[in-house]
Amino acid sequence: MDRIQKLIEENVVWLIVLTFLTISVAMLVEILPLMFSKSVTKPIEGVKPYTALQLAGRDVYIREGCYNCHSQMIRPFRAETERYGHYSVGGESVYDHPFQWGSKRTGPDLARVGGRYSDEWHRVHLMNPRDVVPESNMPAFPWLAGKLVDAEVMPKKLAALRAVGVPYTDEEIANASAAVEGKTEMDAVIAYLQGLGLALKNKR
Amino acid sequence: MDFTSGFWPIYILVMVIASLAFVLVVLVSQTKLKIKKGEKVEVTGHKWDGDLEEYNNPLPGWWVAMFYMTIVFAVGYLVAYPGSGVYQGAFGWSAQNQHAKEVESANKQYGPIYAKYAKVPVAELAKDEQARELGKRLYMTYCMQCHGADARGATTGFPNLTDDVWLWGGSAEKITETLNKGRVNQMPAFGEVLGEEKVRDVANYVRKISGQPFNEARALRGAVVFTSAKPLACASCHGPDGKGNMDAGIPNLTDGDWLYGGSEASIVETITNGRQNQMPAWQEFLGDDKVHLLAAYVYGLRANQPKDNQPK
Repeated sequence: MDRIQKLIEENVVWLIVLTFLTISVAMLVEILPLMFSKSVTKPIEGVKPYTALQLAGRDVYIREGCYNCHSQMIRPFRAETERYGHYSVGGESVYDHPFQWGSKRTGPDLARVGGRYSDEWHRVHLMNPRDVVPESNMPAFPWLAGKLVDAEVMPKKLAALRAVGVPYTDEEIANASAAVEGKTEMDAVIAYLQGLGLALKNKR
Repeated sequence: MDFTSGFWPIYILVMVIASLAFVLVVLVSQTKLKIKKGEKVEVTGHKWDGDLEEYNNPLPGWWVAMFYMTIVFAVGYLVAYPGSGVYQGAFGWSAQNQHAKEVESANKQYGPIYAKYAKVPVAELAKDEQARELGKRLYMTYCMQCHGADARGATTGFPNLTDDVWLWGGSAEKITETLNKGRVNQMPAFGEVLGEEKVRDVANYVRKISGQPFNEARALRGAVVFTSAKPLACASCHGPDGKGNMDAGIPNLTDGDWLYGGSEASIVETITNGRQNQMPAWQEFLGDDKVHLLAAYVYGLRANQPKDNQPK
């Protein structure tokens, strides 16, 4: 023991290496094995990669900081499953890079918002939330309606996601620009929201 | 098994036990030093920067005791809960079955209440004070985002549930059906087919049949377009007299009630770009019992109004 102590006290490289090993134990036990766990690496039935338009919407969602107020993670408590639907499972997020689970809820959870409201509702709500929910303190996002999705970068985005394991086909990547051509960011973000959580939407 | 290979549960078990053992060994080996009262504390013998030395004081007893307690707690935790490989813990706890139990006990508590109301017809249930209170809470959770907290429709395009005007019918059966299956309404866009002038003509005709001020010449021309526009005449959905068709959710244009506004500009907008909106289906999500209570609440919004406060 004295020898180890002397080593750590006198040689900073050993201090760094051993400190690193010590603090990485939790990661090695809690995170590493998850990478080899089917329930968090395999999609559940019904979960598909985002379409090009949904993906564009997802990037708008991230850019506008929606995650600052909206989580996408329904916890397994009755109070949550009554309101939002089936609790979230790992197999729903396998194509999310990065996932949008979040932990902050100023607004409601959005993990299963898909199909809950009409497209028209989302349009009105994003233009000015107080038009539909007078009590709402959500900011308005009217500029989304006036801005077209950047179609040119879409194939690159899909290709990048394919590199980290999302199974996009060559055809999907080639058609990615055409799929979002002429669509506004409003259309894109609504397409994204309407696709959220459908796999377990009506399971209780 | 959830893991891709049998290696991982063993790996986790070994890591957990090894790190606990490591902590224990370090703790025991570093707390051997005891100093009796009055005894002089020695220095460690290390000297830094020429004259910097450190005393070799023993760790405080309460602190060491707490450290041992955390180790005991860790062992107890690993016995009781799943934390080491595939071992499920002494009580078989998991987040999923905790949720299942919570739901089960809630169903036991509330099930009889729902069951009691499920047997009462909607129209009768709408008069039950307690059922309406329950229905209101459900409404405030699932419906108010579109139909508004006062049920008068949050904004244009979302129907007022407190008046006499119904797109798909206001009977108990129809309300229940709307809640269960949802509704999709779509008015096609006629802007390109008709052109700006004819759209304004039709709009004025619609103003006429809904009893609003209108331009006579335009309305005359609009009446022709209304019944004979190609490829789809207004009358083929809204009916020759514009009274709509409740079975298909086609709005009555003559009742003076407007989902998207009855001004000339609003009607022109509706005809030019069309309208589409949707009521989501709730049967699978909410289940029959909750839909039943909601139907009774919505039915009661209209039926329970005092006679002298009836809208026309």
